[in-house]
Amino acid sequence: MSFSVSAHSKPLVTLTNAGIRRNGRWLVRGVSFSVSRGEIVTLIGPNGSGKSTSAKMAIGVLRPDEGRVERASPFRVGYVPQKLSVDWTMPLTVRRLMTLTGPLADAEIDKALDAVGIAHLAAAEVPHLSGGEFQRALLARAIARKPDLLVLDEPVQGVDYAGEIALYKLITTIREQTGCGILLISHDLHVVMAQTDTVVCLNGHVCCRGTPDAVSRSPEYMRLFGDSAGRTLAVYSHNHDHTHLPDGRVRHEDGSVTDHCFPDDGHHHDEAGGHIHAHQPGPAHDHHDHAGHDHASHGHGNPAAAEGGRHV
Amino acid sequence: MFDDFFSRALIAGIGLALTTGPLGCFVIWRRMAYFGDTMAHSALLGVALSLLFQVNLTVSVFLVAALVSVLLLLLQRRQALSADALLGILSHATLAIGLVMVAFMTWVRIDLVAFLFGDILAVTRADIAIVWGGGAFVLAAMAWLWRPLLASTVNAELAEAEGLNPERARLIFMLLMALVIAIAMKIVGIMLITSLLIIPAAAARRFSATPERMAILASLIGAVAVVGGLFGSLHYDTPSGPSIVVAALILFVASLLPYGRKHRDRAGATSQG
Repeated sequence: MSFSVSAHSKPLVTLTNAGIRRNGRWLVRGVSFSVSRGEIVTLIGPNGSGKSTSAKMAIGVLRPDEGRVERASPFRVGYVPQKLSVDWTMPLTVRRLMTLTGPLADAEIDKALDAVGIAHLAAAEVPHLSGGEFQRALLARAIARKPDLLVLDEPVQGVDYAGEIALYKLITTIREQTGCGILLISHDLHVVMAQTDTVVCLNGHVCCRGTPDAVSRSPEYMRLFGDSAGRTLAVYSHNHDHTHLPDGRVRHEDGSVTDHCFPDDGHHHDEAGGHIHAHQPGPAHDHHDHAGHDHASHGHGNPAAAEGGRHV
Repeated sequence: MFDDFFSRALIAGIGLALTTGPLGCFVIWRRMAYFGDTMAHSALLGVALSLLFQVNLTVSVFLVAALVSVLLLLLQRRQALSADALLGILSHATLAIGLVMVAFMTWVRIDLVAFLFGDILAVTRADIAIVWGGGAFVLAAMAWLWRPLLASTVNAELAEAEGLNPERARLIFMLLMALVIAIAMKIVGIMLITSLLIIPAAAARRFSATPERMAILASLIGAVAVVGGLFGSLHYDTPSGPSIVVAALILFVASLLPYGRKHRDRAGATSQG
């Protein structure tokens, strides 16, 4: 089962209803998406919504406590973590940072540094870099490895607006030139990279997924971002069937309120098909205990809905 | 030249300093100074156990130090107490248990001061063989472990995502630390081992642009400290172990002097460009 909109080939990595549980709490649950070669998948969601956790499952740093993560035959990962601080006690130049996890030819290092626009900083010490320069250095390090899957956890943090556009253009170029799959994590809930094939919105689970709308089709955003940005950025319109309340509970489209939210609780859209079904209001929805739910009682007209939500 | 006790001390001390340089860099980068201290203090428990069970001193100290480091890793995982509290408990508990055990063994007479502060002037040819043989093994292992250990020091998740094994690197590093402590105990003593790890590495930081350079410089600075300390102790008739540490400290303070201002300005200008 593939959720990707444009599956170019067999996915590099596929998450199926994957979840991580820590200290009796689900950090994230029921996460399903896949990344194929040449595909850009963007994970968005508020802070603490499980974006980084999901990405770490995809690259094998975290093992899912439920569900499955399948990876194609061994592939090379290029990773830009969300938080990385180089202790000032460690002398590390940008050039040395490039070969941190594996050897590289000098020419490849120079090419990657040039591509992100910091060739002049090759000899600079990493703790002396500004936030934006450091992000570029990390990106250069990841792409110099010629990865099959590039995982970028908020790669534009600390980068100014013009730099953000430039980095997104670079990411697009990398995809076109190398054909690698890209898993991108963004803190921006509404504006994503225009070249994104699939947007997955997380908040402890998959809230919705879809494709972004070009900014150029939205006059307000065009005015806001300008013409050049219009080709790089895109607007993502969320299609939620539930609301996350401040106390952590979830109000569903049918008005019922539950303690938490995951795909097989019977409150959700058919995620595989993206179609919105009408919930039939019924006593079952007032339950706080999802374990007892029976899909058939919700009157899904579509058998795939029940199929898609079942734990594997 | 091995016949002369002073030459033997010099050779053993230099061998040890060359070994502790790269390890000391990681102790600093990974912020493990207190961890190293705890492992070193546990060496006295190793001494007591070696006397009690009549086993080789170096082997016994290595095993106890390794056990303490594994115990620390396991306790930290439970997160019942903060790491520094755990270190404080283990550090002094092992030291105290060792002292108490030695006191109970009335049939042995040992020179506690020699264990606590080292007796480098008493090293034998066999000790030199252990220092250089063990040191060569530790340095070879560090060279082999270098990339995964360095990458996981910068960011363990990054290292793991890109195909390295940070957990294994950390465990092997702990075992190498335990080995170095077992080797170093006789030379600088339990109380001063950590200083030979940390001070030369700290002095090397200023003059290094890459981790590799810092490791090599730390070894060399440590060797200079050993030579300076031993000659100082000969000249002023001071205890040899502490004299080596004082010499290392002088080198560290010298590394802080602002004569390298020019270099720093240039680095600052580059980062702004």
